[in-house]
Amino acid sequence: METIYSMLVLTLIFSTPIVITSLGGLFSERSGIVNIALEGLMMFGGFGAATALVFLHGSVPFAPWLALIVGMAFAALISVIHAYLSINLNADQIISGTAINLLATGVTIYLAQIIFGQQRTQTFSGSFRKTTYPVLSDIPVIGDIFFTNIYPTVYLAFILVLAAWYILYKTPFGLRLRATGEHPHAVDSMGVSVKKMRYIGVIVSGALAGLGGGILVLTQDTQYTVMSISGTGFIALAALVFGRWKPAGLLGAGLFFGFSRIFSIYSNSFSFLQKLPNEFFFALPYLLTIVALVIFSRQSVGPKAAGKAYDKGER
Amino acid sequence: MNKIKNFIANKKNHGFLIPIIAILLGFLVGSLIMLFTGLNPKDLFISLIRAITGINVNNIGTGKETFNARYIGEYFVYVMPLILTGLSVAFAFRTGLFNIGAEGQVMLGAFMATYVALTVNLPKPILLPAVIISGALAGALWGFIPGILKAKFNVSEVVVTIMLNYVGLYTTNYFIRSLPGSTSTRTVDLPAASLLKSDLLAGLTNNSRLHYGFIVVILAVLAFWFIIEKTTFGYELKSVGYNPFASRYAGMKVERNAALSMAIAGAFSGLAGAILVSGTFGYGRVLGSFENYGFDGIAVALIGGSTAFGSVLGGLLFGALKAAQPIMQINRIPRDIAIIIIASIVIFIAMRNGIKMALEKVKVKEVEK
Repeated sequence: METIYSMLVLTLIFSTPIVITSLGGLFSERSGIVNIALEGLMMFGGFGAATALVFLHGSVPFAPWLALIVGMAFAALISVIHAYLSINLNADQIISGTAINLLATGVTIYLAQIIFGQQRTQTFSGSFRKTTYPVLSDIPVIGDIFFTNIYPTVYLAFILVLAAWYILYKTPFGLRLRATGEHPHAVDSMGVSVKKMRYIGVIVSGALAGLGGGILVLTQDTQYTVMSISGTGFIALAALVFGRWKPAGLLGAGLFFGFSRIFSIYSNSFSFLQKLPNEFFFALPYLLTIVALVIFSRQSVGPKAAGKAYDKGER
Repeated sequence: MNKIKNFIANKKNHGFLIPIIAILLGFLVGSLIMLFTGLNPKDLFISLIRAITGINVNNIGTGKETFNARYIGEYFVYVMPLILTGLSVAFAFRTGLFNIGAEGQVMLGAFMATYVALTVNLPKPILLPAVIISGALAGALWGFIPGILKAKFNVSEVVVTIMLNYVGLYTTNYFIRSLPGSTSTRTVDLPAASLLKSDLLAGLTNNSRLHYGFIVVILAVLAFWFIIEKTTFGYELKSVGYNPFASRYAGMKVERNAALSMAIAGAFSGLAGAILVSGTFGYGRVLGSFENYGFDGIAVALIGGSTAFGSVLGGLLFGALKAAQPIMQINRIPRDIAIIIIASIVIFIAMRNGIKMALEKVKVKEVEK
């Protein structure tokens, strides 16, 4: 039982960056801009947060939280490039996203070299600590999973999922944003600026991916390296597809993908799983996403206008 | 002056002007970033010259060694797989498809080449072609999956190829590790009969790793050009790329063409994997992460305007930036400036429309005068 509980706690910790980043992808794609740059934006966020923590630690209270904000801001700033290219210049959104992913490996390590004189950031200290919350941790089952040896950032994932659901489905802004991704012409005819909605979508995606990257590095690493994110952004993209572009779906998909990663680490402790190689669990989320895409292909689940440049004159 | 303006404003010239402008702007951004971070951009260009020509500008007149042919050989070692992944992405582009999966296709090609070289017992004149072709076939299979899913279920090839990159990374690593004699990082050395290595080429270039892979590359470039320009199939592919609806109306099998086009694109990447194994390294490798041949291939194809000849030029350019990286480190500049320049060039290529508008403004001014 102990093993199961610690696996579930680790699943929550592992899933947090995936869920938050895929929420970012959700805002961008709902506004009609495909964002395969999530991976790169996570790298900017992770690098920004790690660097900020190195400098902030010891001099300000709540340093890790401030560091996360720095990471968010850095990634949001970079996402403006993607927004400008895809919205103002009608660039191919896949090319633009690829460029930002490329840029991320270059810029973060270049800056690390300039600031720290090495291919990685300095090791940071004073990051988030695993905490066991008194009283709450005594609740049977739930206490062991949600309140024992856990990072406070995990709760942020749940709060953000709720907030995203509320914003997207219960506010006029959310309605407009979703409509921009489905029928931009209808939105335009109502006097709402398609450009503005899409800018907001992309910048929110940058901020959330940056937050996801920051949380990943500050909770699972001791420094930022070029390997820190290693595909988590693409897992988040997979979670977005697997979760059918819905907040609750993303949460489920993110938790599942996190669980499959933790499962691979623990697979040796279960005799019936020992025969399956680790690589099987690593590949599982990506394989499942392809399967999900095939299953969804008959229904239209993704935003209709995502990936297409908005052309006012088009019918 | 007016002649230059006319030349710039002429839309016919935009096809090659835009990539050139993007390249220049990319280098400008790289130089500016270096200046802002207290480094001298001169060192960047000195590193590039040394990577391409083997000439060490810093040593001219100092009596130290100024020329080393080894760099030229290594330069082409970098260039060869880049041209092939460039062709791969370019081929899919021609059909209006986006092949982000070159990375995974390279790995599948590399794995299958390793597997055939280590397990099949044939005399050299047959084994070597078998190794290369099996690499191409494995890449083709990995490209065919997103192609057929696109054709049958209209699933986005972008997402599927991204996912297949990771599936390819993990599965090939597992199988390479399971080959007899493999360690956790590599297989045993491949038999000499399966190698593209050449003592002659190595000797000419001061013991570089230069190998006969260039023959494979040249054949691939010719095959690309021939399929696209000289066959009905190539014509249909281009036609689908320009306008899928009209092509369907004209009776072309758009879906079948999508699947085939992705398979051929995959074959080019598979070839890149095969020459890496049988030429550059001589053994199969377990990879910790992507080596970015596929992503660089996207940049190469974009620079080259998705043509065969353009991909060669793009490969030569990006190969120079890659080959210059180790030299940059000797010159005490972060090697990552090369990646920043590549990324900037891709960003400027994506800004194609913006650059076009700027070029067209040149003419407007002239008329006003």
